[in-house]
Amino acid sequence: MNDFSYKKADSVDTAVKASQNRTSKIIAGGTNLVDLMKYRVENPSEIIDITKLALETISQTDDGGIRLGALATNADTAYHAQVAHNYPMLAQAILSGASAQLRNKATDGGNLMQRTRCYYFYDTTTPCNKREPGSGCSAINGFNRIHAILGTSEQCIATHPSDMCVALAALDAKVNITGPSGDRSMSILDFHRLPGDKPEKDNNLNLGDVVTSIDLPAKGFKSHSAYLKIRDRESYAFALVSVAAAIEIENESIKEIRVALGGVAHKPWRKVEVEQKYIGKSATEENFLALAEDLLAGAKGFGDNDFKIVLAKRAIVRALLTAKSKTVK
Amino acid sequence: MNSELAQKKSEIDIGSTQSREIVLTINSEEHTLNIAPYTTLLDALRDHLGLTGTKKGCDHGQCGACTVLIDGKNVNSCLCLAVMHEDCEIKTIEGVGTPDNLHPMQESFIKHDAYQCGYCTPGQICSAIGMINRGVGNSPDEIKDLMSGNLCRCGAYTNIYKAVVEVKEQSSLKNQL
Repeated sequence: MNDFSYKKADSVDTAVKASQNRTSKIIAGGTNLVDLMKYRVENPSEIIDITKLALETISQTDDGGIRLGALATNADTAYHAQVAHNYPMLAQAILSGASAQLRNKATDGGNLMQRTRCYYFYDTTTPCNKREPGSGCSAINGFNRIHAILGTSEQCIATHPSDMCVALAALDAKVNITGPSGDRSMSILDFHRLPGDKPEKDNNLNLGDVVTSIDLPAKGFKSHSAYLKIRDRESYAFALVSVAAAIEIENESIKEIRVALGGVAHKPWRKVEVEQKYIGKSATEENFLALAEDLLAGAKGFGDNDFKIVLAKRAIVRALLTAKSKTVK
Repeated sequence: MNSELAQKKSEIDIGSTQSREIVLTINSEEHTLNIAPYTTLLDALRDHLGLTGTKKGCDHGQCGACTVLIDGKNVNSCLCLAVMHEDCEIKTIEGVGTPDNLHPMQESFIKHDAYQCGYCTPGQICSAIGMINRGVGNSPDEIKDLMSGNLCRCGAYTNIYKAVVEVKEQSSLKNQL
């Protein structure tokens, strides 16, 4: 690791002020940042420790939802009785990610902020536009088995590695932020971004913005949702493709349907307009496959990851069938 | 707070790259050490305090050899900055049990021959204790999944699993009584 100065933030405002320095980094769980610092991918001049801020609470919101404090650990969130009961898709997604030790340390805010696991992003001897803008993308013509098939750009084909964020996207969660100009909230769907010509930017936060909490709406699809994660080994591996699926059926037809994908893009992949198209149609395997085709429209493989296009479609159908089979009529 | 300590705290507040004095509570004992902010908890334990029971494997949170218990929870000490853990109860394998007074999990590892070279064992034991502390691991699949952050290059997994299950079952029984 490089040498850096270390500062404990005693308030959110202190953290906001300190993080307006372009070369400073906020640390909470540290499970991703410390690792990236060891690889010299991140070389902050200053580390701002926010773990003393009172942001670890998981509480009920006025509209019947749940607020996850940014410092709540992934494990405390997944095992929280109300989260596990009302948002099983989220609990399942969290528990399918990382290892028990990492989930005990990693925070919910940090899960949003974690960076891609693209091999070239981690390897400082190779070009990477995300790590070093303008240096080129080694993955496009390199080993790209784990890379994106949707929303890619000529500059970057990295994926966002989170499982939790995929479930948050399907749930329509909101991210609460405190920044230099005050508090605001942002839909999780707008939080992460596509790489475009600025792959160094993972999300739409501005300099000095601090994530303080994540709001889950009251509707958790508790009896008719599923998180399906396909990976190279059954535990402790990132998703090749993952699906957060939820469905509500009334009189044999689709009343509401949500599908978000992980492992396929620079952000959790969800298209509300595609979902809308299927409302009122019958909840059949044929329609689920048609939805999968629509959601994968424009998908493009780069050689090693071509299989993800077929895999994603099959995974969507399977996840929706699982969600449907759980439906309490 | 004495003035010397207050001076140090204020240096921390303004942010400093300098080594600083911190106090870590490890195995119920307070240890004062002088470390730079980039020192991981793993390096602090091994290199600064001589607590070499905790092992360094990958140093990137992938192998689990460095697992310790912080406030009862199993975490990878290689990804923790020591300066961030002044207010925590840290337990290493040296605090889990002693040769004369083994923890039930250590006894079970011996009984089931749950190791070969032993390098991953301290981390395996801390993970298993952390799992039981949290009250999770209630099915064979769940136990295997929750222990998957600890790699064993000797491949002693079958016996590790048996050792963990036995203690888990005993602890569940105790909770029922």
